[in-house]
Amino acid sequence: MRHIISILLENEPGALSRAVGLFSQRNFNIETLNVAPTDDATLSRLTVTTTGDERVIEQITKQLNKLIDVVKLVDLTEGAHIERELMLVKVKAHGAQRDEIKRTVDIFRAQIVDVTPSIYTVQITGDASKLDAFVQAMAPVGILEVARTGVSGVSRGDKVLNL
Amino acid sequence: MELLSGADMIARFLKDEGVEYIYGYPGGAALHIYDALFRQDDVKHILVRHEQAATHMADGYARASGKPGVVLVTSGPGATNAVTGIATAYMDSIPMVVLCGQVASHLIGEDAFQETDIVGVTRPIVKHSFSIRHPSDIPVVLKKAFYLASSGRPGPVVVDIPKDMTAPTERYEYVYPKKVRMRSYSPVTRGHAGQTRKAVDLLLKAKRPVIFAGGGIVTGKASEALTDLARRLNMPVTTSLMGLGGYPQGDAQSLGWLGMHGSYEANMAMHHADVILGVGVRFDDRVTNNVSRFCPTAKIIHIDIDPSSISKTVRADVPIVGAANHVLNDMLGLLSEREPEQHVSLDDWWSRINEWRSEREGKLYEPAGEGETLKPQQVVEAVHRATHGDAYVVTDVGQHQMFAGQYYKFNKPNRWVSSSGLGTMGFGLPAAMGIKLSYQDDDVVLFTGEGSFQMMMQELSTCKQFGIGVKIVNLNNQSLGMVRQWQDLNYKSRHAQSYMESLPDFEVLLSAYGFRAITVRTPEELEAALEETFADKHELVFLDVQVDPREHVYPMHVPLGSMRDMLLSKTERTS
Ligand SMILES: Cc1ncc(C[n+]2csc(CCOP(=O)(O)OP(=O)(O)O)c2C)c(N)n1
Ligand SMILES: [Mg+2]
Repeated sequence: MRHIISILLENEPGALSRAVGLFSQRNFNIETLNVAPTDDATLSRLTVTTTGDERVIEQITKQLNKLIDVVKLVDLTEGAHIERELMLVKVKAHGAQRDEIKRTVDIFRAQIVDVTPSIYTVQITGDASKLDAFVQAMAPVGILEVARTGVSGVSRGDKVLNL
Repeated sequence: MELLSGADMIARFLKDEGVEYIYGYPGGAALHIYDALFRQDDVKHILVRHEQAATHMADGYARASGKPGVVLVTSGPGATNAVTGIATAYMDSIPMVVLCGQVASHLIGEDAFQETDIVGVTRPIVKHSFSIRHPSDIPVVLKKAFYLASSGRPGPVVVDIPKDMTAPTERYEYVYPKKVRMRSYSPVTRGHAGQTRKAVDLLLKAKRPVIFAGGGIVTGKASEALTDLARRLNMPVTTSLMGLGGYPQGDAQSLGWLGMHGSYEANMAMHHADVILGVGVRFDDRVTNNVSRFCPTAKIIHIDIDPSSISKTVRADVPIVGAANHVLNDMLGLLSEREPEQHVSLDDWWSRINEWRSEREGKLYEPAGEGETLKPQQVVEAVHRATHGDAYVVTDVGQHQMFAGQYYKFNKPNRWVSSSGLGTMGFGLPAAMGIKLSYQDDDVVLFTGEGSFQMMMQELSTCKQFGIGVKIVNLNNQSLGMVRQWQDLNYKSRHAQSYMESLPDFEVLLSAYGFRAITVRTPEELEAALEETFADKHELVFLDVQVDPREHVYPMHVPLGSMRDMLLSKTERTS
């Protein structure tokens, strides 16, 4: 099963490599990884999506928690949650295709953020499956480049991950 | 207010922390620190001949004393030489603080002379690591390092110290931090009350219980609580190799140790158990054999201070995260509330266990008679007698290690010192030295093999410099015996590279360092030599004991089988 694990990490040198290194060291897999500072300058937030059976996920969370730099951790997929990812896609956009692409972009509620005579750059946010669907939809016109941020997320309702 | 340089802060901190010995080797990036150590007398530095030995010395000291061992090495090759020792300590959860010199901050990342990213190199084999960013951080960082190394589940901590952090010209205020807090680290001690109650209920209903205790009993100082609980419940106790001595082996309820080369009765009892109480163990593959066939009828209670050890390989039915000592005492408390205990009779279980015991009695090996080539097992038994079972016993890795564990019976914790998790050949001599330095009035015996000994034999020079009187028993089978055993069993005796041609003459070798070696071939010679060896507690003596090279270690788990599937000798196996 796919899990989204969010971690509050001490904003210390080496902390990120400890967290990420753990995955390869223990043969856990990482599908996406997203890290950035938080409102608290001493903490960064790391979100990782991974897959594994119950036993593997239990080990992943326990091993992460054991890292001295990990302050708090939540498996977002254990409850209702909001999952978002941002993607920038460059696609070939010639002649009649330009309108066609524009229509698809609207359907996905994406935005064209940069234009040249032959290229559109599209920005789209959503959960991972929406982004996958958009990539599929664009494949026939010709994708030049894809940049995804990796999944980030929060729990729904009053559940929060902070100190 | 006192102003000290970073280097002087390190020396002072070690004194304030109560460190008596540090083990190390100098080099460019560590020279300010060495100069600071030179200008004080409180902390004694032991100069090894290879940095790996420094880590094993610290490790040996830590296993015997329960306190962290401290290492000081220089950057680059000094630090990389320490890696094997750090990994050894990590695998066995041994408290250790390793101070590594580093190139000056402005050179980091430039491939400077003797620059190695040692924090990166050691990342998977440390409990944690630090890099010093400012000299004034030194006291707090060192305090954190000691705290982390020795609390919770202990382990090695590396502190990387760029040379400019210890410059003699830069002085800052020094205060010894009595305590440190880390918001992201608070090891549990107390176990969950409801789970503990469940565990007690399960134990009281058990018909075929076994207590399985590990290194956590020794590090967690829980031997007494364990012994009380076992006696109270009249339950058999087996230990892992790491737990040897955590329960007195002279006790009638002791089954010895279990696992790949564990005792027949321990492995049989585990396999047939209905409830297993695992305390401070991690159910590793050398214990369980094939996990999917492990103890098919047992419910498992698992107490460990490290939540990640629980249900990692074997699923626990009653998991309890907590310090062994606390949880066992809580269990004892619950038991006394229940007098008189409605305890199931274990008479049937004990008679089965006693049958298993008698099945193998007198069949473990055939000792050599007068004039015959010695069996390694009987050498260990003779050393046990000569030391009244009260020595610190250190081993290297191989057949001799298993024989030492099997035939030296331990009644106290912290007396068995062996690299179990990593299985590091070369560990023995320096680990024994680390213990002997701090326990001068005790016998410290190293059981080694001619293969392992040659990995660290340069340390005889350190023994000479510091007058370290360890007793070395070389079970010389002229081969990498454990490798040879596997080749006998799995490769039709094709002994690829397991034969040690061109062994040194150990008498000559030892005399080069000013020590005595005695060559022993027969049981008669052994008795006489042992008397000489242990006559003077402070003299290093090396016994080169020529033992039968064909001997195998048994019992031995059949690969991929269950706990009860064992080879019992070259010709017998369990059905
Ligand atoms: C550093 C290291 N290299 C290789 C091994 C693999 N190994 C395990 S036991 C063994 C043989 C040890 O020979 P010796 O020290 O003579 O002991 P014996 O088995 O003969 O008693 C070897 C090579 C190891 N454990 N450690
Ligand atoms: Mg040998």
